[in-house]
Amino acid sequence: MKGILRFGRYQMVLPFAQNDNTIMYINYESIIGLEIHVELKTKSKMFCGCYADWFGKSPNSNTCPVCLGLPGALPVTNKKAVEWCVLLGIALNCEIPEFSKFDRKNYFYPDLAKGYQISQYDKPFAINGSLEINTNQLINQSTNKPINATMKQLNNETMKKKIRIRRVHLEEDTGKLLHDVVGGKRVSLIDFNRSGVPLVEIVTEPDIRSSEEARIFLKKLYQIIRCIGISDADMEKGSLRIEPNISVRETSLRASVKQSLSAQTDIKIATSPSAPRNDTNDLPSYKVEVKNINSFSFTRKAIDFEIARHIDLLNHGETPIQETRGWDEKKGITYSQRSKEEAHDYRYFPEPDIPPIRWAESQISNFKLQIPELPNVKLARFMKDYQLSEYDAIILTDEKETAEYFEKTISLKDTPGVAGVQGFPGGGEIGIIPKTIANWIINKKADINKVSPEKLLKLIADQTQRSIIPDDELEKVIKKILLENPRAMADYKSGKENVLMFLLGQVMRGVKGKSNAEDIKQKLKLLLNLYPDV
Amino acid sequence: MLADKSISEIARAFRDKEFSSEDLVKECLANIEKYNPQINAFITKIDKDIVLSEARQKDRQGFAGKSLLFGIPYVLKDSYVTRGIMTTAASNVLKNYLPQYDATVYCKLKETGAILLGKMNMDAWGHGGSSENTDFSPVHNPWDLTRVAGGSSGGPAAAIAARMCLFAIGEDTGGSIRNPAAWCNITGLKVSYGRVSRYGCIAYASSFDTVGPMAKSAEDCAIILETIAGHDMYDGTSSKNEVPRYSQKLATPIKNVTVGMPEEFFQKGLDREIKKAIETAVEKLQKLGVKSKVISLPMIEYGIPVYYLIGPSETSSNLARYDGIRYGETRSNFTGETMRRIMIGTYALSAGYYDAYYKKAQKARTLFIREYEKALNECDVILMPVNPTPPTKIGELINDPVQNLLADIYTVSQNPVGVPSLAIPCGFTKSGLPIGMQLVGKMFAEEKLLQVGYAYQQMNSWHNQKPKLTP
Repeated sequence: MKGILRFGRYQMVLPFAQNDNTIMYINYESIIGLEIHVELKTKSKMFCGCYADWFGKSPNSNTCPVCLGLPGALPVTNKKAVEWCVLLGIALNCEIPEFSKFDRKNYFYPDLAKGYQISQYDKPFAINGSLEINTNQLINQSTNKPINATMKQLNNETMKKKIRIRRVHLEEDTGKLLHDVVGGKRVSLIDFNRSGVPLVEIVTEPDIRSSEEARIFLKKLYQIIRCIGISDADMEKGSLRIEPNISVRETSLRASVKQSLSAQTDIKIATSPSAPRNDTNDLPSYKVEVKNINSFSFTRKAIDFEIARHIDLLNHGETPIQETRGWDEKKGITYSQRSKEEAHDYRYFPEPDIPPIRWAESQISNFKLQIPELPNVKLARFMKDYQLSEYDAIILTDEKETAEYFEKTISLKDTPGVAGVQGFPGGGEIGIIPKTIANWIINKKADINKVSPEKLLKLIADQTQRSIIPDDELEKVIKKILLENPRAMADYKSGKENVLMFLLGQVMRGVKGKSNAEDIKQKLKLLLNLYPDV
Repeated sequence: MLADKSISEIARAFRDKEFSSEDLVKECLANIEKYNPQINAFITKIDKDIVLSEARQKDRQGFAGKSLLFGIPYVLKDSYVTRGIMTTAASNVLKNYLPQYDATVYCKLKETGAILLGKMNMDAWGHGGSSENTDFSPVHNPWDLTRVAGGSSGGPAAAIAARMCLFAIGEDTGGSIRNPAAWCNITGLKVSYGRVSRYGCIAYASSFDTVGPMAKSAEDCAIILETIAGHDMYDGTSSKNEVPRYSQKLATPIKNVTVGMPEEFFQKGLDREIKKAIETAVEKLQKLGVKSKVISLPMIEYGIPVYYLIGPSETSSNLARYDGIRYGETRSNFTGETMRRIMIGTYALSAGYYDAYYKKAQKARTLFIREYEKALNECDVILMPVNPTPPTKIGELINDPVQNLLADIYTVSQNPVGVPSLAIPCGFTKSGLPIGMQLVGKMFAEEKLLQVGYAYQQMNSWHNQKPKLTP
């Protein structure tokens, strides 16, 4: 069951079969939307001068009348936080409405100093955006494993899917409750150090169809947040918190192809998991919100747990109830917190202490200029400028630091002497092309955290210069390896191309690295074809 | 009595060493001792020794080059937080509350050298127009101790009338400065929204609340206003508009000023004697070259419902922090009137009612703004009554919540609009109770209002009348 759950669409075989051997299937589809809270790393808090960096400070030391909500204190907006919220909106392809305002969200909780949270209700800073993700990173259907492992086979086959962003708004964080025993008494303590830290909330449309899509979306969002430098998004410190909204619907009752019941194991997924469907009409009558998850993998687990729970209920003819649930990371389960009946009426109204914001067009176009190169733009540029495959480009742009390292190395490549090879003025002349550098980084031949770009170039140059074994010697090694591995050869012949990588590794070891992978691969294929089919 | 003098007269006397700040403070302290037991204007009195030593310190420092307020004793409505000095907003919910910081207006007055004598009684949280809704017993009107002083800034108004201080900082959300000013025969200015920082003013209704001066005359108010007005980095709603030197331009002739009299405000419900007094005042102004005309503000009859939807809505949210966890007292300490306002506000903001109540009231507010704009294009200043009746008997309003609301009928519509309004004394009833009128101007037109008020007070002595009190 667990394996199947990774798919965007699920199917259950109903316990009855039609006379004509047609099996009826119910297809289940999970509908997922995400709410993500990100603490901004501005210098000061959202509405006062206290440090936004609250983490690790002694309790209630990072507070003032404003963030303690003392009588008479007033909020004054942190312009930087507003700017950063708008920047994120722009990076997520949102519209930036000309008019925006803050609202009060009224509710009682001991960690909420004022009895209301300053947030944004109907006029958020950014609306109607989208983020494109690569869905074929999802799952390899036959192995049910994340495709990354065998990505090379799928080069140039990436499937894009747009996840719509409903809104991006700004609010303030709350204090924190600590439950402890003091003097033998169980007490709840409040620490207001975090109270008033700027928090951006990103809300997606319910366009996500699996826990894996959710993970990919979150990762991409994480990259963008880090790229524009507005938050460390450090999940261990709780500066990025995720709240998935999950429901499951039956897509249809459908008759499948004629099959014998014994062939159940070969059942093909009736609808392709990679076909994006953004239809949000006809959403289930309920949704379950799981609160405050602080890691991508927990998000995935919580979503999977919920989907399984919902399907189980639906199979029993029940509809899951609309509720808010918590995530127990130790047990790996969600648990009910409060139901729809207990839902808050937040009594939103415009925050009278903060004047509304009106943007001039020039301000918004100025913001747009401040957006650094975003990961997807960088990816396209890497492919184009450095002639890299999408796979290579994805890996290199996955983390800002790696991309910067790569480009730094490229920029030094042709600087005379940097490659450190006497008699060679530049790396290009000894055959160091961007792809070479990319390979070194991707294959982790050198640890980029320890080796400087200059040193890396030197290492590459050293190896490039190292004598490459002659062709006939390489052939000898390959033949030897093939003879030693008849099973692998047979597998290859029967179409399991994965085996090639295994053989390549063996040969590489055999020649002690004195050849390059591409040459070996070609020679391997050639020789494999010379052997008769099994 | 020294305290009968104007602030500028006193400042001159200080400089000329006719008398000292200590003399003046001593006189005020004596008046407090004599009259406060009957009037109950104070919630907290600053220790005598502290106040006197402060006055002596000012005397020693000398007055050359100092602000006119240097060494002048004053009081604050108890809605302003003062570090280490008990601040209650007249509610037991904040009984014994010692603030951690100072309100901006208090900081400014401290810097300028004014001497704080105490924190004044009021309607709890500003909820009321009679200073009866207080957990510290009602304020009695110095002109008739059986009557209320008005509210919510009743304590400050009564203290000025009884010469316990030279001026006060009040707070006006729907008439809270003007109403007690008129009933206690003093001058009070509700400033334009944003003119004076609200930082440290315990909020009633944040979008209506204004911090303003209360004193004997328009001239004194001008001097105080130029000290307390201006942008404050701690109040995002405070205006960056330049602060005029109000006191320097008071004597600007007011001929050619057009005064508009809204017909709706001189009809049913207005006490005859008040109507007569205001009409007489207009005639006097005409003698100064002022033109008067009848105008119309037809929407303003909705002032009360609009005010009593938005005000309570905001207050229901503003008071949420007094949840019984942090300030030592539980919510059961809220008075009936305050609970009523919290309930109304909570209801008006609730899902399903928001559109019909809060939102509709906000739409009406926009119409008010347009209506005032239109009216203030036809005239420079709108002149109207402050209260529909003379001060009521103690117990009358607090026991009749609806009547209590209606007492604010002439003062509630300016706050949703934000325009300034100056309340000045304009006569007495036959039975000797004070009557006030208000001058309403365009946003940030305090200067004009103060000029008209000053000119009027130059040819009348209503504002110099004081109650006959016996210890």
